[in-house]
Amino acid sequence: MKKILVGIKRVVDYNVRIRVKPDGTGVVTDGVKMSINPFDEIALEEALRIRERGAASEVIAVSVGSTDCQQQLRTALAMGADRAILVEAGGGVEPPDVARIFHKLIEREQPFAVIVGKQAIDDDSSQAGPMIAALWGRPQATFASKIDIGETTATVTREVDAGLETLEVELPAVFTTDLRLNEPRYVKLPDIMKAKKKPLDTLTLADLGVSARSRLKVLRVDPPSQRQKGIMVKDAASLIEALKSKGLV
Amino acid sequence: MAAPKILIVAEHDGTQLNPSTAKCVTCARAIPDGDITIAVFAVDGAAVAAQAAALAGIARVVRIDHPANAHALAAVLAPQVAAAAAGYSHVLAPSTTFGKDLLPRVAALLDAPQLSDVMAVDSATRFRRPTYAGNALVTVEVEAGTQLLATVRSASFEAAGATTGASAPIETLALDVEIPTHTRFVSISAATSDRPDLQTARRVVSGGRALGSAENFKILYRLADRLGAAVGASRAAVDAGYAPNELQVGQTGKIISPELYIACGISGAIQHLTGIKDARTIVAINKDAEAPIFEIADYGLVGDLFTILPELERLV
Repeated sequence: MKKILVGIKRVVDYNVRIRVKPDGTGVVTDGVKMSINPFDEIALEEALRIRERGAASEVIAVSVGSTDCQQQLRTALAMGADRAILVEAGGGVEPPDVARIFHKLIEREQPFAVIVGKQAIDDDSSQAGPMIAALWGRPQATFASKIDIGETTATVTREVDAGLETLEVELPAVFTTDLRLNEPRYVKLPDIMKAKKKPLDTLTLADLGVSARSRLKVLRVDPPSQRQKGIMVKDAASLIEALKSKGLV
Repeated sequence: MAAPKILIVAEHDGTQLNPSTAKCVTCARAIPDGDITIAVFAVDGAAVAAQAAALAGIARVVRIDHPANAHALAAVLAPQVAAAAAGYSHVLAPSTTFGKDLLPRVAALLDAPQLSDVMAVDSATRFRRPTYAGNALVTVEVEAGTQLLATVRSASFEAAGATTGASAPIETLALDVEIPTHTRFVSISAATSDRPDLQTARRVVSGGRALGSAENFKILYRLADRLGAAVGASRAAVDAGYAPNELQVGQTGKIISPELYIACGISGAIQHLTGIKDARTIVAINKDAEAPIFEIADYGLVGDLFTILPELERLV
């Protein structure tokens, strides 16, 4: 079995306007639409394409969090993942512990590739991928915009500040996805029905022998300073005049 | 509590120190009573170390020269950084693709927690950082005595200047670590465009679905070229195929902070506004006077893009 593990994080949907709770304890998530982290959706799409090209035989979607994450895992199964694993944990598992959990699953499943989003759009930490690779002692190719899987190596194009970097990594390896890697497919209704029959296993932290630690204590959450509504100008000429007076053009 | 000992991992290209490193120095100097060391990992770090040693406020530079350090590969650098980090209370790197790739790998090797994208320092153990693409700012504390790794948000700190006194001493450090060979650099191609890079451009002209076609985006390019601006696009325009993916501005695209942002035919979906809220000045041009973009724009102009944009191009 050539397996790929894909990380699926449940996050507030990217179209939702984030509101910070007035008491500063966090952001409002009650009654808010939740979705698969968009970069994880790209990770799953890439894994499915690798399998469809015949370079993998099984795609396993993994989520760490509350039982609600089953919704996102069902969506992942509807997109085409073969099976799913939910590792039940309270909210706010920190990235080093997420990496330890993945490392335990890697030991069980022996995948040749682990693909996760380059970051989650909630905490924006951008840590899990490299941390998984470090614990596993394997290569990492982050911010991937192209992944070519070969027999024993993968060639990866990475979006770095200086341009596009190409790396060759020996397999198994960890990949994190950038926006340009692919465009995830839409889920079709029959696939949602089929997904209900696919296996979704639940594990506890104890099953994996991992205990979550909380080492970063959030003291307060504040909204950013708000932009003020500006002025309306009547035509192109007065716009240019205004910008010129500010030295902006 | 012992005085903080701070290690900054220098970003460089082998000959030039990246300006993001000087911004890390400013962040480090905001940690009270910190003793600051810059580490240069290179094949021959002499030139870069000399540049680092000239920055104001640092105690010393350490050079770690190794033939494997020709390219900044996280898998190669991480065990060296982890070894060099012994005895330091804080390890900082810029929140660039270099630092974001490297530091979490180091953190895992050290089993230390990491803060990403630090934007403000309250104390040696208390920091602020953005989450939800800057829509929620969190104040985070680590327990005193915990080794902390952090990437530093470049946009939040000015670059440290040159020292007025003598340069800091440069020491060489030999590390006894095993360096993996499973990751190999193949090539790098610099972005080849005559236009400024969207991420760092001082001016950006951006188009939305109202442009109507890829062909019509050319009007935008002409104005951008007149202004020396980069071109961006809303997700709606990218999804419609009017502009390529890499031009997407917003929460799932690029988050930018230019001096001037001109939004053309962009209604102002939340995920787009998230990507531009740090822009100094926002101009919105839209035929719909009720478009949400006008709520945050410094200058708004209601009208038809196809007459206004050529006019602007002529007037600039």
